[in-house]
Amino acid sequence: MVAVVPTSAQASPAQVAQRSSKTGYALLAPGMLWLIVFFAVPFITLFLTSLQAPSPTQAGKYVPAFELANYGQALADYWPQFIRSFIYAGIATALALLIAYPLAYFIAFKAGRWRSLMLVLVVAPSFASFLLRTYAWKTILADESFITRTLNTLHLLPEGRILNTWIAVIAGLTYNFLPFMILPLYAALEKIDPRLVEAAGDLYASPTTAFRKVTWPLSLPGVVAGTLLTFIPAAGDYINAQLLGSTTNRMIGNAIQVNFIEFRDYPTASALSVMLMAVILIMVFTYIRRAGTEDLL
Amino acid sequence: MMSKRQETIAAIAGTMKSSVSRRRLLQAAGLSSAAMVAAACGAGGDESASASGTPSAAAAEDMSDKDKTVVWSNWPLYIDVNEDTGSRPTLEAFQKETGITVTYNEDVNDNNEFYAKVRTQLEQGQDIGRDLVVLTDWMAGLWISNGYAQKLDKANIPNSANLIPKLQDVAFDPGREYSLPWQSGFGVLGWNIQSLQDTLGTKTLTSVDQLFDPKLKGRVTVLSEMRDTMGILLAYQGADPSNFTDDQWNSAIELLTQQVDSGQIRQVTGNDYAGALESGDVIAVIGWSGDIVQLGDAYDLGLPETGGTLWTDNMLIPALAQHKKNAELIMNYYYEPKVAAEVAAYVQYVTPVQGAQEAMKDVDPSLVDAQWIFPPQEILDNSYVFMPLDTAKEEQYQRDFQKAIGN
Repeated sequence: MVAVVPTSAQASPAQVAQRSSKTGYALLAPGMLWLIVFFAVPFITLFLTSLQAPSPTQAGKYVPAFELANYGQALADYWPQFIRSFIYAGIATALALLIAYPLAYFIAFKAGRWRSLMLVLVVAPSFASFLLRTYAWKTILADESFITRTLNTLHLLPEGRILNTWIAVIAGLTYNFLPFMILPLYAALEKIDPRLVEAAGDLYASPTTAFRKVTWPLSLPGVVAGTLLTFIPAAGDYINAQLLGSTTNRMIGNAIQVNFIEFRDYPTASALSVMLMAVILIMVFTYIRRAGTEDLL
Repeated sequence: MMSKRQETIAAIAGTMKSSVSRRRLLQAAGLSSAAMVAAACGAGGDESASASGTPSAAAAEDMSDKDKTVVWSNWPLYIDVNEDTGSRPTLEAFQKETGITVTYNEDVNDNNEFYAKVRTQLEQGQDIGRDLVVLTDWMAGLWISNGYAQKLDKANIPNSANLIPKLQDVAFDPGREYSLPWQSGFGVLGWNIQSLQDTLGTKTLTSVDQLFDPKLKGRVTVLSEMRDTMGILLAYQGADPSNFTDDQWNSAIELLTQQVDSGQIRQVTGNDYAGALESGDVIAVIGWSGDIVQLGDAYDLGLPETGGTLWTDNMLIPALAQHKKNAELIMNYYYEPKVAAEVAAYVQYVTPVQGAQEAMKDVDPSLVDAQWIFPPQEILDNSYVFMPLDTAKEEQYQRDFQKAIGN
């Protein structure tokens, strides 16, 4: 018996694999090209700049070198700003989560026909420029503003004011990055099948237990995505610290800005940027591992 | 072999080292004879020999006559504006008179920031897309010594003869070959009269001591422009801001650090302090004269009795600008006394144009004796122009200053 093997009509598995991999590359190409041109090349330039040394002949100029000491020096000069950035961004992220979760929950499960409108309202402030919104907060938090006066009457403000303190910086960060927390949370919550929660109730779980055992774990991918999308830009931000903070609230973004623009010390500024990226990358990896959602990567 | 001419050039450049290589010098199309000499002398030596002279900026083919446009970058709120229509009367009159269309950008917010924005193009010998820029003395000096500014053709600017004598010869540009002043101003103390009365029991702030009175804790801001804030503090400590030592500098930095750390100084700002004064967050500031005059009657200003600072913003034509002649025509226009008076009446800064005070009689008689536009001798005598700094000192002082203000 000779098995009839169809030869012409069907391609061999190898051919299929080859073709699909070609399609794969074709699909990847635009994204890869974009990344190479606008991320990989600038990053390599940034990294090389961070290793430059001052020119021996011309003051204010830098020449290619392998000056690893730039990193030590930058860290020695700016470790307080580094730590401050992560603390501020951490608090802002936690606050954003506390504010965003109930809101996203409400939009996903309770908003009914108002859902689309509420989503638009969440995004609406982003239509105004980031800078403008932060300037608006200067007015909202001014010494003579309603908020500051009320809190002062209650003796709740240690410095007697909000503007130009760490409170204002964290408030600004929380506000500005809140939509980045709400949207992923909403997307995750919205996907949850309400029947699962019903089933938990049928099995005598209290609403709290049902939330703890069903809704919360299922919304975790949203929590992880939201916290990352909030924390990462918040840690590198310098506008909020500059406009709402005081001289004692400078963050690492301010240090990078000052080195680039005021000192024109490109190596130090680049070293700070590379370190900021590295630290964030490490934190993100550890965080995602602990949260147990490697599939996000 | 250093010729007399070359020595002069080196002196002009001061200790501010030029960073233009010989190669670029030779590339520059519009080499002045001085630069030729410098380049020729440098031919047998090392690169730094030629780099010590003032390099001449490259010139592009001047499109002025074919293309009647000009692009001008200036600071915000630095030209007369008709509040009702939002138009700029003097600028419109210029356009009508000459048929040249002016693109007026208010995109210079900070000397360093603006320089950072265009630096790469300047270094690579590219046109920065602007024909006229306005920069403060020390930054203008940096541009001139780096060869980023073109020599002015005074034949197109006969009105430059109206420049007041005091500003005709400056260290960074003797004889004003590359620059013409736009406006000058003072680093001063400014305050909210009523709030000051409420906190300190006085209507005038006359000294830095009062500014640092604990009763004003957290209600004071100083300028992020190093030269104004530090100039006032140096003078307060008895040093001469136009000629001081490192020790005197360090002691002034120490004072600033103390006041920042104690919370006396609430914030260090650029133009933002005007808003903070208006919102009532801040009672007293180290600020700029014209800004505070513009705020109105509820605010007052004055030099501290130990002295304030005096600075000038200058018009320059960047290397390779395509409409050099049109830019020069603008300079000429704004050096007509009447036009200068109109601008000064609005911006409230010191006009560098001789005869503007006369012309002010027709423009706004109430301003003929305005002391912050036409400063009397005692104000000029009590204000200092900050010491010129070379690149290394500039960097060192900037670092000290930024560290003191939390950066």
